[in-house]
Amino acid sequence: MAHSAGLKLNDCNKSNAPPKLARMSINPSQFDAEQAGKFFFRAGHTGWLGLRYADHGENWVELELPWREDLLGERDRPVLASGPIISLMDMASGMSIWQTKGVFTPIATLDLRVDYQRPARERSAVWGRVECYRTTRSAAFVRGIAHDGDRDDPVAHVAGVFMTIGKDPRQAKMSSDEAAPSEAGTGDD
Amino acid sequence: MFELPAYARALGIEIARIEDGVPILSVEFGRNVEGRPQHYHGGATAGLLENAGYAALRARLLEEGREAQMKPVNITVQYLSAGKSQASFAKGRITRLGRRNANIAVEAWQDDPDRPIATAILNILMA
Repeated sequence: MAHSAGLKLNDCNKSNAPPKLARMSINPSQFDAEQAGKFFFRAGHTGWLGLRYADHGENWVELELPWREDLLGERDRPVLASGPIISLMDMASGMSIWQTKGVFTPIATLDLRVDYQRPARERSAVWGRVECYRTTRSAAFVRGIAHDGDRDDPVAHVAGVFMTIGKDPRQAKMSSDEAAPSEAGTGDD
Repeated sequence: MFELPAYARALGIEIARIEDGVPILSVEFGRNVEGRPQHYHGGATAGLLENAGYAALRARLLEEGREAQMKPVNITVQYLSAGKSQASFAKGRITRLGRRNANIAVEAWQDDPDRPIATAILNILMA
């Protein structure tokens, strides 16, 4: 991705930043889930899972976890493991927070709970739709569902709490240490 | 002892050793588990925790000669500190084992088991 968005790399790259950060292109002051997804899902854990952007609104984001043969949780049934669903929901949670705040600010998962209602259908993709229903200066609260096509019949419900980390969030700026893709869920330093 | 699920193997999770009959799972750091640069993604850490919980239960059931299909009810993960770019380990402890359900506490760590980077509680149904 070209440096089309507004991130000023010179402002935020520290000298010890890995070279790949030079390709970063997230506009920290105008977060857009669809644009950010193109960048987030190219590499790392979420890239390996093959996550895709699906949809978003003012305070929610929906992502897709495509079906994959090697993400099975059981030996004898072609049903997606629950682990990838946690990753899906964690990522959708983080992106819903950035979408709500409108800025790509450093956050870390404090607590994430997933209640599994039923297994996903065989050979089905799973979508994770999470809304950020409350933000404070240092915390953000999310809730959402995972479903396999019908939002009225969820596979799982999730609830989570995230913390803003690093600097005062009112002055938060991206830095190579503190705000990179998939910040959500990495814990604090 | 037993084979880990496809998802665990795909992520690079292995049984590192057995301690008091409980499998200790490990995963090497790599791009499969990377979130922000040089750190674990929270989802990958959760995957390690969850698999360690299931492995602890599977080992106990085998020991007791029980064969059961395990169904997840829920998982609550607490993130305590960032997972750095090195191997991580996890071990589950069965808090309660009933006929139909199990409650399992899991800790994940890197250098020092006494300084966990994340913990989880799992409820699992057995059918």
